[in-house]
Amino acid sequence: MKRTVFRSRWLPYVLVLPQVAVTIVFFFWPAAKSLYLSVFKSPPFGGRDIFVGLDNFAVLLTDPGYYASVVNSFVFAGGVTVLSVAGGLVVATLANQKLRGLAIYRTALLWPYGIAPAVAGIIFLFIFHPSYGILPYFLSFVTDYEFNWLLKGWVAMTLVIGATAWTHLGYNIAFFLAGLQAIPTSVMEAASVDGAGPVRKFTGVVVPLISPVTFYLVVVNMVSSFFGSFGVIHAVTQGGPGGATEIMVYKLWKDGFIGLNLGSSAAQSVLLMAVVIGLTMLQFRFAEKKVTY
Amino acid sequence: MEPARATTVGADALARPRVATAERVAERPRRPVDWGTLVVHALLLASVAVIAFPLYYAFVISTQEVNEVIQKPPRLLPSTHLLENYAEAWRRSHMGRLLVNSTIVAIGVAVGKIAISMLSAFAIVYFRFRGSGLVFWMIFVTLMLPIPVRILPTYEVIGNLGWLDSYAGLTVPLMASATATFLFRQFYLTVPNELAEAAQIDGAGPLRFLWSFLLPLSWANIAALFVVLFIYGWNEYFWPLLITNTEEMRTVVIGLERLIPRSGTELPTWNLIMAGAMMALLPPVAVIIVMQRWFVKGLIESEK
Amino acid sequence: MTVFMSRALSLVALVGALAVLALPPAAQAKTEIHFWHALSGQLGEALETQAKQFNDSQGEYEVKPLRKGGYAETLTAAIAAYRQKNPPHIVQVFEVGTQTMMLSGAVYPVYELMQQNEIKIDWNDFIKSVVGYYTKDGKLYSMPYNSSTPIFYYNKDAFRKAGLDPEKPPKTWAEVEAYAKKVMGAGAAKCGFSTAWPSWIQVENMHATHDQPFATKDNGFGAVEGVELLINREFGVKHVGRLAEWQKQGVFSYGGRAGTADPKFVNGDCAMYMHSSALIGGFTRGVKFDWGTAELPHWGAPYKKATSIIGGATLWVLKGKPQAEYRGVARFLEYLAKPENQMWWHVNTGYLAISNTAVRNLEQGYHFVKNPKQYTAFAQLTGLPATPPAAMKGGKGAAPKPERVATANSQGLRLGSFVQIRDVIEGELENIFGGKKTAKQGLDDAVAKSNALLKEFAATNK
Repeated sequence: MKRTVFRSRWLPYVLVLPQVAVTIVFFFWPAAKSLYLSVFKSPPFGGRDIFVGLDNFAVLLTDPGYYASVVNSFVFAGGVTVLSVAGGLVVATLANQKLRGLAIYRTALLWPYGIAPAVAGIIFLFIFHPSYGILPYFLSFVTDYEFNWLLKGWVAMTLVIGATAWTHLGYNIAFFLAGLQAIPTSVMEAASVDGAGPVRKFTGVVVPLISPVTFYLVVVNMVSSFFGSFGVIHAVTQGGPGGATEIMVYKLWKDGFIGLNLGSSAAQSVLLMAVVIGLTMLQFRFAEKKVTY
Repeated sequence: MEPARATTVGADALARPRVATAERVAERPRRPVDWGTLVVHALLLASVAVIAFPLYYAFVISTQEVNEVIQKPPRLLPSTHLLENYAEAWRRSHMGRLLVNSTIVAIGVAVGKIAISMLSAFAIVYFRFRGSGLVFWMIFVTLMLPIPVRILPTYEVIGNLGWLDSYAGLTVPLMASATATFLFRQFYLTVPNELAEAAQIDGAGPLRFLWSFLLPLSWANIAALFVVLFIYGWNEYFWPLLITNTEEMRTVVIGLERLIPRSGTELPTWNLIMAGAMMALLPPVAVIIVMQRWFVKGLIESEK
Repeated sequence: MTVFMSRALSLVALVGALAVLALPPAAQAKTEIHFWHALSGQLGEALETQAKQFNDSQGEYEVKPLRKGGYAETLTAAIAAYRQKNPPHIVQVFEVGTQTMMLSGAVYPVYELMQQNEIKIDWNDFIKSVVGYYTKDGKLYSMPYNSSTPIFYYNKDAFRKAGLDPEKPPKTWAEVEAYAKKVMGAGAAKCGFSTAWPSWIQVENMHATHDQPFATKDNGFGAVEGVELLINREFGVKHVGRLAEWQKQGVFSYGGRAGTADPKFVNGDCAMYMHSSALIGGFTRGVKFDWGTAELPHWGAPYKKATSIIGGATLWVLKGKPQAEYRGVARFLEYLAKPENQMWWHVNTGYLAISNTAVRNLEQGYHFVKNPKQYTAFAQLTGLPATPPAAMKGGKGAAPKPERVATANSQGLRLGSFVQIRDVIEGELENIFGGKKTAKQGLDDAVAKSNALLKEFAATNK
């Protein structure tokens, strides 16, 4: 269908100008500069930039600490995604019944989305605190194991994953609810008629039908926790203990702004860009294959 | 096209659950409703409780005195020091200033993003101009350049512009967004052609069309987007941390982190920190609760 | 641009113009000296008071202090400002940034500043262990401002409950272990001791006070290239290994980096603690029980007893400002170096006074008699006996024999990428205390990573 368009020689350019200007100044130019910086070693106060080719990359790719940060990033993003998407689906399924007060439940489940992960992290930091946190206190009745996140990497990781997943729940629940409520009752009826029990109904009918929603949520949760999790790490664990919660974004910032190693930080930026592009392409590939419409 | 329609339907269903479920009730096979519903209610209440617990606990701590905070067993009921804790937390972290900054950033980013995305989407959909493909591609690519990928040079650019520690620096770089542009683009593509034709016949220019025809239609989208972007702008952590150096320009989520003493010369006062946390999260949570209708709509529409 | 927006802009412009016109005309303006620092709370207030005192004492220059955040952020901000050719005059940098500053080419060394402004300073009056950290070829590059050194804190009430003499703190690590077990056995505390700043206190200062080298090339003073860490040798493995054992037994309880473990001592959970001497003020306000200070414990023979190394920050002067303004900077630093102002600073913040004259004045003013806790740090840095001898109590006596010596290994550390190196060491300590690695493994890994960082630093700062 042919769209109606307006004619003007200059107006469209003016209209796109603000966005294009911001994009060039704050996206493309810095990204290009990152590429440039990544092949130099630059002392913090400036002066003599030394061209070193791919040396910064070589150092990174042979640094076990860098690989650890990559693993940590995926563990973190994966943990948050699994926890909050699965949890969201469970709660949404519960809520997807004939219920009085559904609107109230929806409100009561949605609001954590408004909490910044960093703030959630600080609250969880207190709850997990080895000396006076309520969680270790109650756990101490069950087991002798000391849940000291200052010394045990996995406890720290659980802490930050938990805090972040908590803030994602509301978002996922909202989406799943919408998806579930869009399933025509006729389909559910047909399945019942076929003799399917509730579990079969769920896995055979519901899951495929909400797969676009599931797919979307998985992607959004992964991406947002991969890149948006800086706040919670910075506010709570600062990458510790022993680098157990040091994710790529945090390491990048730390090496550049605290360690003042501009070249390495830029190289990490470039590698991160490659990861993003890879993930984006994967996302589109996957969308074509698995999702049933 | 299928998914878009399905989710729009879903959005409406979410907004008006009673109608949908009423229909379903009529079609469901009969069974004793009481137990089943009771169990579901119980499970849902449990979920709500679990989800609300961290916040409740934070609130309780924010009302206690420092000694009560570190007591064992931990107290689960609020104590009496609410006002003085909040007042002290306010004073110590200069909360007034922080809240002002966060509000300016949140509203600035939301309004700015909506404005420039709307204009760009309008241009892309309703004009044929050379380079429109390039523009579209450029906007798309920004999805692959999140802040961490460009931090050091962006910091330098902001410095060169003299925008460090400024509202401009805090808001403008966050205003270019692919998602909002795509959202408006999707939406404009669903607007019937006849509308534009009619406007042209009426002699209305493109800007007039935008202002008088498209804008009124878009209010729902804009409201929804506003809520999402407000929360995004309020909760942004990395960017404000990077480009603000002085206490006066910090936003509230960062100011909160400052209340946690790390240099070891002060002792942590958790009750004040929790009071600060409550103050930091109340505005966006309030926005969600008050505007949840639009919010849910906005979430679901922005999926595309 | 819509009509609304253009109208709004004009209004803003009009208001802006009116505001500028309404400003009072600039009087014979004092030259402004910008001083970026990282102190907050009570310490920040003391700094601002001292700047104000300087401003009030003369009419030509006005020092404007500005808190930029923590030490790391302040340095980053100063670097960014310098790169944009608009740096502050003075920036406060933590001690671990010393090598970075020295090699930056952006610094106006203090001795040169004073020389060129013809201000006489008695460099020999400064306490060697304090200024040695910031001296190159015998010349002072930055002005020590808020220096401290780690000392030992202990809970006298807990000691009493355990039947220990509260006036006899442990002097050796063996005693620490024995006292800890006694205190824990008597139920006077849950753990024996903890520590703040794990790397600074337990690795850097332990090596220094036992006359053990931390790194090659004279702890980095001798060269930039080829510096390597030596903390994985016999002493390091022994000390860290014991700490790990004690962690398992509950004698030592690791509480995190920087000052995160403070609550353990303040709550009475741990009876003994090691932290910067700068905490004396904070503890005086926050601790509810009777407590005292002592010098850091020592392993005894065959290790010498050497002085400890300082921490804290110093003031660096940055290049790039008009020459006339540097005169004000020099005046300000001269003011800070005056004994009476050092005494004021020490009394009000607990940070060390850096000149011997100031220390003597404090002694003669019975300051240390009234504040015995403050004395520990000075004694540990200069080798004076652990308790003020009779000579200082007002009587006359022979000069006290030094109990600690200053050695090449105790003058300080000058390493590049030191911020990251500390991070590496503390990360490995966490692995060791958490039981994931043995002391040898963890320290070996720390050394390997740190050496890589040092190599990188040398390559970047040729």
